Order: sequence, then structure tokens, then C-alpha cells
Amino acid sequence: MAHAAETAYVPPAEVPDVELYHPKSFITKYIWSQDAKVIAIQYAFTAIAIGIVALVLSWLMRLQLGFPEAFSFISPESYLQFVTMHGMIMVIYLLTALFLGGFGNYLIPLMVGARDMVFPYVNMLSYWIYLLAVLVLVASFFVPGGPTGAGWTLYPPQAILQGTPGADGGIILMLVSLALFIVGFTMGGLNYVVTVLQARTRGMTLMRLPLTVWGIFVATILALLAFPALFVGAVMMTLDRLLQTSFFMPVIVEFGEQLAYGEGSPILFQHLFWFFGHPEVYIVALPAFGIVSDLISVHARRNIFGYRMMVWAIVAIGGLSFVVWAHHMYVSGMNPYFGFFFATTTLIIAVPTAIKVYNWVLTLWRGNIHLTVPMLFAIGFIVTFVNGGITGLFLGNAVVDVPLSDTMFVVAHFHMVMGVAPILVIFGAIYHWYPLITGRMLNDAMGKFHFWVTFLGAYAIYFPMHYLGFLGVPRRYYEMGETAFIPQSAATLNEFISVVAFIVGFAQMVFFFNLVWSAFKGRHAGRNPWGAASLEWQTPDIPPGHGNWGAKLPVVYRWAYDYSVPGAAQDFLPQNLPPDQVAVDYGRREDLPGVAAQPAE
Amino acid sequence: MLVALLLILVAVGSVAFHFLSPWWWTPIASNWGYVDDTIIITFWITGVVFIAIIAFMAYCVFRYRHQEGRRAAYEPENKKLEWWLTIGTTVGVAGMLAPGLFVWHQFVSVPEEAVEVEVMGQQWQWSFRFPGEDGVLGTSDSRNISPENPFGLNLDDPNGQDDVLIQGDDLHLPLARPLKVLLRSIDVLHDFYVPEFRAKMDMVPGVVTFFWLIPTRTGTFEILCFELCGTGHYTMRGYVVVEEDSAHQAWLQEQPTFAELLAQAENGTGDVANLVSREGKSDPAARGLAR
Repeated sequence: MAHAAETAYVPPAEVPDVELYHPKSFITKYIWSQDAKVIAIQYAFTAIAIGIVALVLSWLMRLQLGFPEAFSFISPESYLQFVTMHGMIMVIYLLTALFLGGFGNYLIPLMVGARDMVFPYVNMLSYWIYLLAVLVLVASFFVPGGPTGAGWTLYPPQAILQGTPGADGGIILMLVSLALFIVGFTMGGLNYVVTVLQARTRGMTLMRLPLTVWGIFVATILALLAFPALFVGAVMMTLDRLLQTSFFMPVIVEFGEQLAYGEGSPILFQHLFWFFGHPEVYIVALPAFGIVSDLISVHARRNIFGYRMMVWAIVAIGGLSFVVWAHHMYVSGMNPYFGFFFATTTLIIAVPTAIKVYNWVLTLWRGNIHLTVPMLFAIGFIVTFVNGGITGLFLGNAVVDVPLSDTMFVVAHFHMVMGVAPILVIFGAIYHWYPLITGRMLNDAMGKFHFWVTFLGAYAIYFPMHYLGFLGVPRRYYEMGETAFIPQSAATLNEFISVVAFIVGFAQMVFFFNLVWSAFKGRHAGRNPWGAASLEWQTPDIPPGHGNWGAKLPVVYRWAYDYSVPGAAQDFLPQNLPPDQVAVDYGRREDLPGVAAQPAE
Repeated sequence: MLVALLLILVAVGSVAFHFLSPWWWTPIASNWGYVDDTIIITFWITGVVFIAIIAFMAYCVFRYRHQEGRRAAYEPENKKLEWWLTIGTTVGVAGMLAPGLFVWHQFVSVPEEAVEVEVMGQQWQWSFRFPGEDGVLGTSDSRNISPENPFGLNLDDPNGQDDVLIQGDDLHLPLARPLKVLLRSIDVLHDFYVPEFRAKMDMVPGVVTFFWLIPTRTGTFEILCFELCGTGHYTMRGYVVVEEDSAHQAWLQEQPTFAELLAQAENGTGDVANLVSREGKSDPAARGLAR
């Protein structure tokens, strides 16, 4: 099925060429652009910019946790505001936007052999609505009372009551920003899904797609189905806040005063939020899974091991992700019998996830591993993802979650599995595709420095943090004060973690410098510096030009993983290389199907 | 070489850290040792998997590193290997889920003979209520809350009259008796947690939640709020004292009942400054939190 030549000849379906919008001016080419490649860069710049804001907020949080009492400008209110904005920005405005809006827009049309997304005008709008959502979120820093400090989970009733920072304006702007984001992402998401389903070029069957596309595709389906739950939750909470409705607000006595609310359910919000929130983490993780599969196979010159299982695992993980949400709610006060169901589904989802891990490692096995910077980041991903996924098994097992919930164990878990592992993939992906986008290589020495400091540093931050959780150190605490069961050494550990966090932060500055410097001074990359088989590297121009493919769309003859094919002279076969142009290496020939046997010379 | 060695170092270092770490759970003071045991089982199973995967990866990175003339194998899939790995993983997962669900079942099944005690949370302090002589907690409703009736007890429920009310003081619990801890909040989500007890549950305004435990050793332990409840979340602290039954009974006798508090309010005597609603406003201000 996956070898170089066809068996019986079945003419591939005709894919009509699309009518593209041809921009003429600078504004229509680079600002109000309908070109998915430009939109991708716009998403990436915006996401990284707001991500840097969240990174700085994390430094402020670590200043407080490592050195409490030392910084008087960090008050209990502002600490909670930092915590909330850092979390929301990182999960939604950075990770989701960058994986789907950034990588999705750039890579999907190229990898499926299309000229652009199927709804380019709506795609353009999706970016500008995302930008508006970011600006509304940033505005919440400047309103009276400042941004919300309700935690990224925004649980009612406290999120809209006076005991929480930002209850006046900040929470409203947060909810409006989220609603805008969801509208924008629905527009983008429809593009990604329909393009993968309808705009694949001749010969590109679903099972010949690179796993990068599968990951982003399934993640987008999850987003389209899950974000509405957050949308309605945000609308209902806004109504509770502005119109005194009681969707989520029970009878409340606030500081001695009976409020006008009643009969609402705070737990209802949690169900809505986590029905979105759990698929959300897979919306971040699945594109990372897909991308890292491609990074490993290209840089190990080996087909991804078990491609079909990898596809089914992505689909299974996506489907199962909708029935595990209440593992975030074991101690919420919901019906305790739900715990049996959700613990079971949560541990079941570990099985397809583990299979993916085995297959990544088995791709390295008997490979031809080039320890390039993308490969290093892929290896770093496997280590941190296995660690983070394993601690998820602790938390998913309902009764084990009881002592660990709301401790630093949870913070360590989700940072390792969502903050470190997918970010390592993002870095690896940038090093990998930068030559495609710019025509130049990122500086290798800076890349290796960036990798080692980030990987070892992030591990040194979050691995020990789990043990603070075992101790019983709670999350979202401004300070611990005098606590008998917490030894003084825990404060020392907090200092250590903060210092390492600043060092890792510094390494990111080197990365940003590299991004800019290499755009002007980087080594010219040539056509396909990594020898990748997938379609995005086979365009007539590098970087790909308007319309991607020149006069004629490509035709695909094989899957995306023909590396080190026995009998082939080249160590990779591009997806669009016709079978009669495959050079045979008679010295190493084994079964190269479809090629007539030739006598050895 | 270097990458493989560093991977091994990460794996070995993690194991070493685990065994050498001074940061581990605080000694247990309740019957929920089974939770700790389930954690240990999980550590063993997942720990072995973690080491195995990293070690195998380090081996591959070394053994299959690019060298002149090396060519990777071409093997799209290996159904048998994938099948065995799936089965092995399922067995490992079941090995963790089974004890976990067994203990969870115990956690949600309150023994018949458990004595009820109520913890009431509000921004940002704890109050407690015992059922008193009749062994039954009076019904309550947040709408009844007033300076004279800080727990919002229903005045027409006779069971509430002898309820023992503790405000602004430590909670005392009797040793070795099953206790069902009823949890109420009158404003936002809170969570009553004593790390030595290993059991917690959120307190949700509008409903009464619970967990149960048997305290197994005497001592004074700290209460912390474990669900973000606003700016004063980190100040919502307290103490629980576990003591012998006789000492506990003696302590209970000294505490006011609802009927006594009502009488004091009616007569205009009693420490009105101890009113819960006032403390709710003054406490965070006293600790320097700006509003």
C-alpha cells in the first residue's frame, strides 16, 4: 500500500483548480491578505507577541513564589491577576492560535497540495477577529480594577463577585474576548476542516496525508465541537454579571449582605467549562503529536512506525477526549458516582496515547538519526510528554486526585504536559520549517544552546514541583506564611525553581534574536535542506509563492514517509515523484515493487 | 554519546531525586492510607514505564545515530508488536485503575455509624457546627443568615437548637470515630483540606457536599482552603485538633449552642463583636489586603 509504484491504474479524481484572489497592492498582499501563508505569519506574530506578555507574567509569579515579601508591588490581587492572565493567554491565545492558526494555515494547503484554504476571505477575517480578541484582552489591564483574577478557569460565583480582582470590568472584557476568539476560530476552523476534506490534490488520499495534517485536522474538529460550550458559559456568566441572572449563582451572602441571586448552579459552569476545557488540551496536543511524528521521521530518515495506528490513535484520542471532562471535577461536589465513569474513560485514553509514544520511539529504532536541532526538540518532547502524561494517570485515578487536586502537583503536571512538551514541538517545528518560510537556516549553535537550556531547565523547574504537591503545597496561594507541615527547604526549592525559570527565560531571548538575525544573515537553505518527502517542500519556488504550485497542481503517488526505501537510490521519495522517475540503486536493491528486475552489473 | 548520556542522566536523576527528596507527603492522620498505597502502586508501574522508554530511546539515539553509509530500516508497521504493546499497556492501566476505583468506592460510601459535623466556609474564614445532644444537625438556609443567626439555622427546626456552634476558633475532632464532614459555603466555592487527612471536597454554595474520614492520631493540624475563593484565599486558614473522645466531649460542653447564642443576642449580652458577618469584612482588612 505504501510503496513507490501503483498496482492497477485507477485515474485519480479531477480536482478543479480554484479561483484565487490575486492581490496587487502591499496592503492586500501583506495586511488584508487572503493568502493562508500570510495569515499564518500574522497569527504567529500575534500569538508570540501576546505569549511574551504571558511569559513576563510568569516571571512576576515566580518572583513572588520564590521570594515572597521581597516585592511590594506584587499584591495578593495582582498575583491572582498574573496567574489568571498568564494561564488564559498561554492556553488559548498562544498555543491554540499558534498551532491551528499559525501552523495550520501555513502547512495545510501546502501539505494537501492545494493553492490556498477553501474560504480565503473568511480565513482573513478569522485573523482580524483573533487580533481584536487579543486587543480586548489586553484592554482589561487598563480598566479600573484591572484584569480578572479569577483563575484561568473563571469559576463562578467568585469570578463576578467583589472578593475577586477585576470583578468590575476585567471579567467582562475577558468573557467578551473569549467570545470573539471563538467566533474567529470557528471561521478558521471551518477552513481547515473543509480544505482537508475537499481540496486535496490528485492522488492525495486521506491515508497519504502527513500526520501533521491529521493532528491539526482532528484538533480542529474538536475545537468546532468544544468551543461552543465555553461560548455559552461565557454568555451566561456575562448575563449573570450584567443583568443579575442566576445561571451559575446560588443564594449568596457576601460579607454579610444577601445578594439578589438565587437557585443557580456553580457546578453547571464547571461542566460547561471542562466539556470545552478537556478537548482544549487535546486541541493543543494533537497538532503537537502530528508535527513531532513528522519531525522524527524526517530527521531519522525513517518512515513513521505504525502510520495507520497513529492515525487511528489521533482519532480515538479526539473522540475519547469528549467523555473525560469531569476528571477535572472529582472534588467539585458533583455526584460522586460520576467519578467511576470518568476515571475509567480517563485511564482508557492513556492507551492510544501510549501507543503513539511507543511508535515515536520505534521510529528512532533502526533509524538513521541526524541530531539536528528539530530532532533534539522532538526527543525533548518525548521525554517531557511521557513524564507529563504519566502524572496525568495519577490525577485521573479519582481517589488519587483527592489529596493532589489544587496542589502544585497539578500545576507541575499541566505545565509539563502542555507547557513544556508542545512548546518544545513548536520550537522544533520553527527550526524545521523556517528554511521553507524564509529560504534561510536558523543558526545552529544558537539553536543547540536554546534547546539544551530550555529542555533541561524546564525539566528542572517542573519535575521537582510535583513533590511540592505531594507535600501539600496549594496552588494559587499568594504566600504560604507559617505552615507547620511545610519544611523550610520547600522555600529553598521555590527559590531554585524561580532562578531556573529566569535562566530558561533568558534562553528564549537568544531564540528570538536568532529568528530575527537569521532572516538576514542565516545560511541560504537551498531547496529542501532536510530531504523531506511531504508536499510542502516540493513547490516550484522556495519560499512558496502566490498560488503555491505554479501552473499545475501536483499529483501524489505515495504516502508522506518514503524514507530509506529499499532499492531506491535517493534516501527519500517526494510524494509527487512519479514512479517511473524513481532512481533505482541496483547495489542495494531489495523488493522495489513495480520496477522490472534488472541484472546486476 | 552526549545526547544518549544526558537522556540517561535525566532518567537516573529523576529516580534519584524521588528517593532522596525531602519533599514528600506529610505523615497521615486518617484512615485513608489506601490512597497513599494506590499512589505507590501507580509510582511503580509508571516509573518502570518511564525509565524503560527513556532508556530505550537513549539506546536508539546512540546505536542508530547517523554514520556514513547507514540506512534506516523501512517497516511501515509491525502488527504483532503493536498488538502486544497495546495489550501490555491495557494491563498496566487496569492495574492502576482497579485499586483506584476500589478505594474510590470506599471514599464515597459513608459508614452508617458516622457522626456528622458541619464545616461552613465563607470569605475568608471557617466556622463549625456539631449536632449537639440530639445527634441531629438542624436544617439551615443561607437566606436566614443574619448577625443573630450567623449559621442561617431554621428557627422552626427544633433539632437546631442544641447544635454546638464554633466561630473564629479551632475545630476539635474525636479520635478513631468515623466522621461525615458536611460542607457548606454561603458565598463562593471553597475547599476544606487538612493534608494529614488526605480527604477533601469542594464546598459549593447552594448545596451540601461531604467527605468522610476516621482520624487515626491525635495532634494539631492545619486547615487550608483548597479552592480559589478570591483575594483572601491564602488567608483562609485554621486548625483542627484531634483528641481523645473524653477530651473532645469536655471541649464540646464548653462551646455555645444555638439556643444559647440566640438568648444572648436577645438579651443584648454576649460578644456581639464576634459576629461572623463583621469578621468577614474586617479580617482581610486587618491583614492588610486592599479592597
